[in-house]
Amino acid sequence: MTRVLARYGWSLGLLAILAILLVATRLIQPNFGASGLDSLARAALPFAFATVGMGIVVIAGGIDLSIASIMAVAGVVAALLMHQMGDANAGWVVLIVLTRVPDIVVTLAMLFVWEGVALLILNAPGGAAAPWLRELVVGAVTIPGLPPELTSWLPRALVVLIAFVVIFWLPLRRSKLGLSIYAIGSDQHAAFRSGVPIGLTRVAAYGFAGLFAALGGLSITLSTGIGEPIAGPYLMASVAAVVLGGVALTGGKGGLLGPIIAVFILRTLRLDLTLLSVDPNVTTIIEGTIMVAVVMAGGLLAMRGRR
Amino acid sequence: MAATVETISPLSRVGRIVRENPVIPLVLLLFALIALLNVLQPGIFNERWVGNTIRFAMPLAMLAACQTLTMLTGGIDLSAGVAATVSAFVVATLTPLVGGPMAIMLALGAAVLIGLVNGFGVGICRVHPLIMTLGTGLIATGCLQVYQRYVINTGSEIPWFFEFLGTGRTLGMPNGLYLFVPFAILIIWGLRRTGFGRLLYAIGANENATRLSGVRSWQVLMALYTLSGLIAGITGLLYVGIIRAPSLSLANSLMLPSVAAAVIGGTSIFGGRGTYSGTIVGALILTVLGTLLTLLQIPEGARRLLFGAIILAVTALYVRITDQS
Amino acid sequence: MTEAAAGRVVLDARGVAKRFGAVAALKDASLTVKAGEIVALMGANGAGKSTFVKILTGALRPDSGHIHIDGQESRFTSPAQARRAGIMPVYQEPSLIPDLDVGDNLRLVDAPIEPFRHWVDALGITNLRLDDTISQLPLATLRILDLALTLAKEPKVLMLDEMTAALPTDLVERVLTVIRGQADAGRTVIYISHRFAEIARVCDRASVLRDGVTVGDFVIEPGIEEKIVELMLGGVPTRAEVTGAHIRAVSSAETPRLRVSQLAAGSRLADVSFELRKGEVLGVVALEGQGQDELFDVLAGFRRAQGGTIEVDGKAASFGHPADAIAKGLTLVPGDRKDALLMLRSVRENIALPLLARPSKWGAIPMREEAARVTGAVERLQIDMRAQAEVRRLSGGNQQKVTIGRWVAAGVETLLLFDPTRGIDVRTKHQIYPLLRELAAQGASILFYTSELGEIPLACDRAIVIFGGRIVDVIDAEAATEQNLMRAAYGLTEKERAASSSAEARP
Repeated sequence: MTRVLARYGWSLGLLAILAILLVATRLIQPNFGASGLDSLARAALPFAFATVGMGIVVIAGGIDLSIASIMAVAGVVAALLMHQMGDANAGWVVLIVLTRVPDIVVTLAMLFVWEGVALLILNAPGGAAAPWLRELVVGAVTIPGLPPELTSWLPRALVVLIAFVVIFWLPLRRSKLGLSIYAIGSDQHAAFRSGVPIGLTRVAAYGFAGLFAALGGLSITLSTGIGEPIAGPYLMASVAAVVLGGVALTGGKGGLLGPIIAVFILRTLRLDLTLLSVDPNVTTIIEGTIMVAVVMAGGLLAMRGRR
Repeated sequence: MAATVETISPLSRVGRIVRENPVIPLVLLLFALIALLNVLQPGIFNERWVGNTIRFAMPLAMLAACQTLTMLTGGIDLSAGVAATVSAFVVATLTPLVGGPMAIMLALGAAVLIGLVNGFGVGICRVHPLIMTLGTGLIATGCLQVYQRYVINTGSEIPWFFEFLGTGRTLGMPNGLYLFVPFAILIIWGLRRTGFGRLLYAIGANENATRLSGVRSWQVLMALYTLSGLIAGITGLLYVGIIRAPSLSLANSLMLPSVAAAVIGGTSIFGGRGTYSGTIVGALILTVLGTLLTLLQIPEGARRLLFGAIILAVTALYVRITDQS
Repeated sequence: MTEAAAGRVVLDARGVAKRFGAVAALKDASLTVKAGEIVALMGANGAGKSTFVKILTGALRPDSGHIHIDGQESRFTSPAQARRAGIMPVYQEPSLIPDLDVGDNLRLVDAPIEPFRHWVDALGITNLRLDDTISQLPLATLRILDLALTLAKEPKVLMLDEMTAALPTDLVERVLTVIRGQADAGRTVIYISHRFAEIARVCDRASVLRDGVTVGDFVIEPGIEEKIVELMLGGVPTRAEVTGAHIRAVSSAETPRLRVSQLAAGSRLADVSFELRKGEVLGVVALEGQGQDELFDVLAGFRRAQGGTIEVDGKAASFGHPADAIAKGLTLVPGDRKDALLMLRSVRENIALPLLARPSKWGAIPMREEAARVTGAVERLQIDMRAQAEVRRLSGGNQQKVTIGRWVAAGVETLLLFDPTRGIDVRTKHQIYPLLRELAAQGASILFYTSELGEIPLACDRAIVIFGGRIVDVIDAEAATEQNLMRAAYGLTEKERAASSSAEARP
């Protein structure tokens, strides 16, 4: 029992904070309910995907700076394809992204390149999302045979997120590839001596990050209904959520549960500030300050760990 | 691995020349671009055009100084564009209220504050410079938007001195050179002949060795990012004098080109190598390239893509020819 | 053992050579191991043992030579390939991933759980759980787990690198029993160790490397130690002219420049006390990994001690940063030149670096004064300035002179030299010894660790010998023959102490 606590203590703590924040939200806004939860989950979805992608790279001991602009590319490509050709081709995005080159310095240059690509594809917000795909993330879950009252509190966006994470991450985490990702982040030399293929594993980690970034971009398009070519603040937010979620920036430590909860904490915080009718710009400042503070604390912790 | 040690491939010989005199091929590239421009639009090359090109290259080169200095240590300053915008906006909105000199002080103070926070995060908390400066940039943009709310009715005025620098000409050359030339000389001299300049190279070349020699790198990084904020602030003042219309995203468009200018100018993104003179030529090249792209009606997206690709290609090339592992 | 003699050849390596740049780490190494045999691989520091092991396990590729496994030629390009061929090493540094738990580590290398548990029990580790995180286990346990994990994969050739270092005595016993059992079951073990007592107990043969060449292969029998020591040293040591009688008459009543008492750090440095007098060159002799790295790191301010005190000129000192140590006059020339030099910058910038360290020196550089200081150091050390624009273009010897010259230019008080002559040419070496004498004559104190024992009488007044994190002997320069030093370094002077020193590993 104590071991479980020790291992998941951080996530449980985050969960408690999230619960407190949700209660606070309810107190601020007594009619915060199913629809509020739905919009919260929808707003959090792209952040969560970005965080999952970033989390995998950070666990592997790297950092992906191009994550936000990949999301922009994926978002506009999806919006454009769906606008012109109907529902089908959203899945292409995933393929495009999987082929990119992995490297830490390269990701900086790629940040600019993807930004440019997104703008080239769509120089102003536009395009459209396929209705059936929008349905996927908007509204509450309905399960045939169950009364809607029972399921109305469960946002679809949350289900989509959980589904993807469960489908991808859980098997990966236990697989040899997943362990290798942890291994190269934790101690590259030890990993090499144990026979882990370092290069291939890094490619895989960045590939997964690209995949989840693409899903994130897609989810922006789906929840807003249009493609947005200018990258949002997802880079900063995903790094902050990853750190707050208990993944060490030095790599090898942590899981993805914590970061995902951290995303919801950050989103709920923003929601609360909005509900308290704080100026949205002030909210941005507060949010930014929290993120920077989290990253700085993470940096200090990482430095202490290295000693 | 081949065992031949002493044979020098042509590539590495070129590499050696480029390494020892990085400015020469850059100047050649600059002239080639100008020639190309003159072919595409005959007669474009005249004194007026030269003056204009220099006028717009100056703020870019100054902002690229932030990138050059930070890159020498292996860092980067992505908040420089925002810091310049903040300083420009503050000075333009405060001059009617508190007068020119006071407004300039406050504007530079704001930019320095951004730099200080960066220095704290990078130097003491050891946050990756990219993440740290991106974060402060976000916060500063938020602050600027809130600030705008309070000064929306005061109107704007630019201190005459910067309007003089930004728009005036002497002997056909922009007056901004009065500011830029001493600035450039100071930076070039500072990098070569001061202890601080040497330490920037040293930290970028081998931080461990610097530590071994008794340097506390947090002190250097703290001072560096603060200085970078100050330079960005001054750039903002000059830029608003040129543009004469303060906005909330004034200098942000200079951000990506400033990184590109430093990289093209031969500053290694990994640290330890680079010169400010190279960066100045890099800024000129990018300004001419900008004219060329406008002439060819290239959209903004392709421009960013191109700049990103240039950074990638030049970095890869420098890694290759200088066989830096 | 008769069974061993009858065994077929499992691993046969011949003429293996490997160069790193200008340095030939291995020239002609050979090793033949039969099934059911335990062979000790021996050699002094820098003889090429670790390079040989890396080549045999696929972590490095040889420049030439052949390796046959079961009669088939093998060319490994990665440790993974060597593992598949059945050659499994247990390195000194554990290969376990610190942030994963035991079970995940097993899964990562496809080690079966049941045999692993069996070996863990047999090796005497109780109360181990599969969900224990590696980083939270003590080093001794990790080494055992590493061994158990390797055994669970049923290696054809088990390669143990200093397996018993950092292990308490009871565990050493169990390890020896287990590997003897492996050999008796027909497997092959290559045993790399500095400890004669253990080698005599379990090994069938010993193969000795010197300067990258395999120089001998012995069947282990009583009294073989002396022969092996001699062989590792190589016949008659070339004794270069000793530069005068250099022991200064230093009164021991004088306050020493540096007094170290009961210093402990990390898992290796257990308890070291000594005094470094003014104008003295004090040699440090130790086999690899006996705590000398930690000692130098602590003295230079790179890491904090866990126990003990340091006094500089009679005043207690503690260093949180190299700058603190430098302020007290303690300056380090590290073992790896790459750690000390700005490879892309000029000789001048490298030498002048400490002069600019403090923020008060960040302003304009007094170029004349700097040039004078740098030129002074360059001339004194006779640094070849032909390729001065980038230090990485200098030869190894010149690079090393630059790292020393840096402190000569800054003014030395106490110089900590960590193996400064490793991998540099003979001429430079013979320029460095007189320089050290000269600096000492001018009042500097020098602590000089070297992996080449022959250097001790050439440069030092006294030498301390560290074994198992403790000082086991202090030898005066006159008595410091290589044989004496080597014997002391192997803990052979006082056998009881050497044997019991393995019991201290648990903190």
